[in-house]
Amino acid sequence: MEFQSCVKIINEWDIVAARQLGRNVAKELGFGSVDQARITTAISELARNIYLYAGQGKVCIEKVYEGNKAGLKIIATDEGPGIQDIRKVMEDGYTTSGGLGAGLPGVKRLMDEFDIDSVPGKGTDIKATKWLR
Amino acid sequence: MDNLVYNYIKENQAEILVKWMDRMKEKADERLIKQVSDHMFTRTSNEFIDMIVTNVERNHDEFIAKLSDFAEKVVRLGWPLTFVSEGLREFNWLVFEGMKEDGLITPENQMDIVYDFDKWSTPMSNEIVHIYSQTWERTVSLQKIALQELSAPLIPVLEKITVMPLVGTIDTERAKQIMENLLTGVVKHRSEVVLIDITGVPVVDTMVAHHIIQAAEAVRLVGAKCMLCGIRPEIAQTIVNLGINLNEIITKNSLRKGIEAALEITNRKIVEVEE
Repeated sequence: MEFQSCVKIINEWDIVAARQLGRNVAKELGFGSVDQARITTAISELARNIYLYAGQGKVCIEKVYEGNKAGLKIIATDEGPGIQDIRKVMEDGYTTSGGLGAGLPGVKRLMDEFDIDSVPGKGTDIKATKWLR
Repeated sequence: MDNLVYNYIKENQAEILVKWMDRMKEKADERLIKQVSDHMFTRTSNEFIDMIVTNVERNHDEFIAKLSDFAEKVVRLGWPLTFVSEGLREFNWLVFEGMKEDGLITPENQMDIVYDFDKWSTPMSNEIVHIYSQTWERTVSLQKIALQELSAPLIPVLEKITVMPLVGTIDTERAKQIMENLLTGVVKHRSEVVLIDITGVPVVDTMVAHHIIQAAEAVRLVGAKCMLCGIRPEIAQTIVNLGINLNEIITKNSLRKGIEAALEITNRKIVEVEE
């Protein structure tokens, strides 16, 4: 069974909408409150990155099933400037905007699976999955 | 407006209303039907047709007054704008069809009537959209003000101790206000300890944490101590996962613990009075 719904990220309030969507899906799947908080925080980071660096893009939430386990997948896509050095952005404390630089490495730690694909000048595509235990 | 059309609408107002309501009921989606009782629907429809007729009578000022009343009501009822504009179109259509049936429209005058009709109905639909969006805009801006009022309150609970309870999402705009209110408040109330309570903040991501860290640093610069309270267990875990360093800030899990600690810092404590 496939299930996917998306939120376009254009202004700051769309981040809240994406988060809300993620929280609802996580609740439906039966994630506990700690994992719900992890998922919403991860969505918040990814959506904010889109808003800050790419200007606009979208965040999709998907229910995924593999064998007998279920999970939630976040797909964040944008057609922004892309990331020059992926290895660097995955380092803690690296930032180009004066923030904490904990966003992407943080998301990786919050979720179970993390996959980033970025082409400079073309855009960025991030997928992150959390499995239900 | 052509007298022909005007007279037709005037004469057949009741009949048009019945037909119009039938058609609109077909078009209305479930949400609308559920929200609005039959009685309400009839009354509002009556008003709508009445309003259109006022415009037919070329009483423009009265029309605008009625329209803004109507728009306000319909916005409150939650009728979508599409439904109202569709209603206007349907009304035009009914009049046109009816006139054709009655033989009032002939191949000779048909184009003139179409032009006349358009001249009359376009400003009206523009007006409807205009008033509708104005009503919405006003609602939104009022809510924005209301939201701003509750965005970053600072409460001087005890001498030298101030609390800022935060509820809801923190965006850039609000983060700025938090910082400003915090700093002016600390100076104004001569606080030594400021407690920021985040029990009501749903998500603490790196941006929110960053703003809190900056605010705490600024508070330190004006000579006070900043304490972070109300960190729920799940928030604590996400903060650790994110790898955010809050070592510089004193943190407590509840506002009560925070106030106790603040009293300690200012060399006071709460004692029970013996009877």
